[in-house]
Amino acid sequence: MMKKERRSFLKVAGIAAIGLGASPAINFASSDSHGTAHAVKAKNEEALTAHRWGMVIDTNKITDEVVESVVEACHKSHNVPDFNHEVDEEKYPDTRPVNHKQEVKWIWEEHFHNAFPDKEDEFLAEKFHDLPFLVTCNHCKNAPCVKACPTQATFKREDGIVLMDYHRCIGCRFCMAACPYGSRSFNFRDPRPFVDETVSTFPTRTRGVVEKCNLCAERLARGEQPHCVEASEGAIVVGDLEDPESEVRALLNEHYTIRRKQSLGTEPSVYYIM
Amino acid sequence: MLEIAIKGSKNYWLWIVFLLAVIGAGGYVYIDQFMNGLMITGMSRDVSWGFYIANFTYLVGVAAGGVMVVIPFYLHDYEKFHRITILGEFLAVGALVMCLLFIVVDLGQPIRMLNVLLYPSPKSILFYDMLVLNGYLFLNIVVGWKVLEAERNQVKPEWWTKPLVLLSIPFAIGIHTVTAYLYCGLPGRGFWLTAILAPRFLASAFAAGPAFLIILCYIIKKFTKFDPGWDAMQTLSKIVCYAIIANLFFFLCEVFVVYYSNIPGHKAHIQYLLFGYHGYTALVPWMWTSLALMGTGAVFLLIPQLRNNKTLLPVTCAMIVIGAWIDKGLGMISGGFVPSPLHHVTEYAPTGPEIIITLGVYATGFLVLTILYKLATQVKEEVHG
Repeated sequence: MMKKERRSFLKVAGIAAIGLGASPAINFASSDSHGTAHAVKAKNEEALTAHRWGMVIDTNKITDEVVESVVEACHKSHNVPDFNHEVDEEKYPDTRPVNHKQEVKWIWEEHFHNAFPDKEDEFLAEKFHDLPFLVTCNHCKNAPCVKACPTQATFKREDGIVLMDYHRCIGCRFCMAACPYGSRSFNFRDPRPFVDETVSTFPTRTRGVVEKCNLCAERLARGEQPHCVEASEGAIVVGDLEDPESEVRALLNEHYTIRRKQSLGTEPSVYYIM
Repeated sequence: MLEIAIKGSKNYWLWIVFLLAVIGAGGYVYIDQFMNGLMITGMSRDVSWGFYIANFTYLVGVAAGGVMVVIPFYLHDYEKFHRITILGEFLAVGALVMCLLFIVVDLGQPIRMLNVLLYPSPKSILFYDMLVLNGYLFLNIVVGWKVLEAERNQVKPEWWTKPLVLLSIPFAIGIHTVTAYLYCGLPGRGFWLTAILAPRFLASAFAAGPAFLIILCYIIKKFTKFDPGWDAMQTLSKIVCYAIIANLFFFLCEVFVVYYSNIPGHKAHIQYLLFGYHGYTALVPWMWTSLALMGTGAVFLLIPQLRNNKTLLPVTCAMIVIGAWIDKGLGMISGGFVPSPLHHVTEYAPTGPEIIITLGVYATGFLVLTILYKLATQVKEEVHG
């Protein structure tokens, strides 16, 4: 009986909060009213966890085929639109022509001098000129995008993953100006007509919000490795940077690695084995 | 007092109808942008801010420039500015209305804009920009309105308007400083990453704002019975002169630092703007036009005979307004994004729809400005006439 009263009180509080324009504190209470009075955090025992997630990319193992399968695996499973995809005219009539400069991408290929513009040596070893380099969000320790976001729609989890709340983002694109790696894309238009087969395990986005790589947080939570790792044939390893026993730390100990624009102090979590 | 705005000459109403037509056109195109997204603009993944944010930045300067009449009058009792102080304050109101509208039309999800208040983020400079812009708008509306009302009733303005005026001075400096901090605090953008960006913004603001005010004074003198006074305009022109020279000097400092230090990440942007980069030269003619306009304007203002020439002065002011607009509106934003952090070159030009929406925002600001100036000049005619 007590519990029921409390619940109905919270419901009223929730409705009142909507009427008031709602401060975050009141919102918190109102969200409680939909479920049990005390929120219970369910934790998947199989989830992969880390103190700070990081990625090591072995550039020796990256070939054009690997690049292609990594990009495809990532983009397909995250419903990233492909502007080269032929639009289904019946489902989406009157779709306007695309501007390829407004494309969306989470992980993609760059030349060495674009991925590492500050390491462009005059007499660089020739093999680097043609090698494909995979670039994506660096999940920086000091992420400039997180600082720039005026709504905390871009935020950093305790385990180091920089995530986006697509429902809170207002589309101001301050994060895109802040990111020194060009890792962020804005949905200049509705992306759905350009998604070949919508994957139901990940949300599609709406026009007007920013998006980027999420290090497959949704897969880590299920105890699975990120898509890029699975598709990379061993070229990409993801693990806990702060665990001295982890595979990524072993790789960093054994090889010479570089990071993108580390002089900026953003502390990227993606390392490249040279 | 607002009833004054609905009584006017035929010309007044023609102008209002014209502005409403432009607002209508802008609104019509904006509906398309609202429904289909920012795909209708020329912005891209690499150049993620364009014409809207550029005009926003410029108009923050025009708004801040209003303080150049407030300081001499309220801090130095400079009586000659008595008649035009209200014009400076109302110009700030009109400019700020445009600033806020430009932010709204630039948002991908405008209906969510109150998230900025629901989830206040004190680490984001945009949070502070919102505070100072709205604060400055509020101060100018309250002060301008109350002081004008007092003048109409021929009583002294209420005592509390004075501290609000004094508060508006740091706010004026604040809006442009914080707006510069939006850009100059970003680690990966060599063009903006310079401590002189805020001073440079202020210098260009204190040139473009008062220069625009001089032009407005000419228009007021031609179309109303109120005379802002030649003395006041001459003093304003000296302020413009100092400010535009400071602006050019700051730019020279930038050019020296990037070229002499020769650091590629910083040099590439100015190289792109002034000489072109890897064959991309879209902004080169614009930037040289801007420098020529500001430079010639500075010379015209330096020479007393030319500065005191009543026919030449509005032309000189127009040169400075346009020169500063190109510098800030076209160069400052595009220059920061080209080349991209990965050293790709994606050029930017606004599309037709983008320009029409921009004109719609300008027309809205001018409508507010017209109505406020109508009130101000009519009250002054009544009292002094």
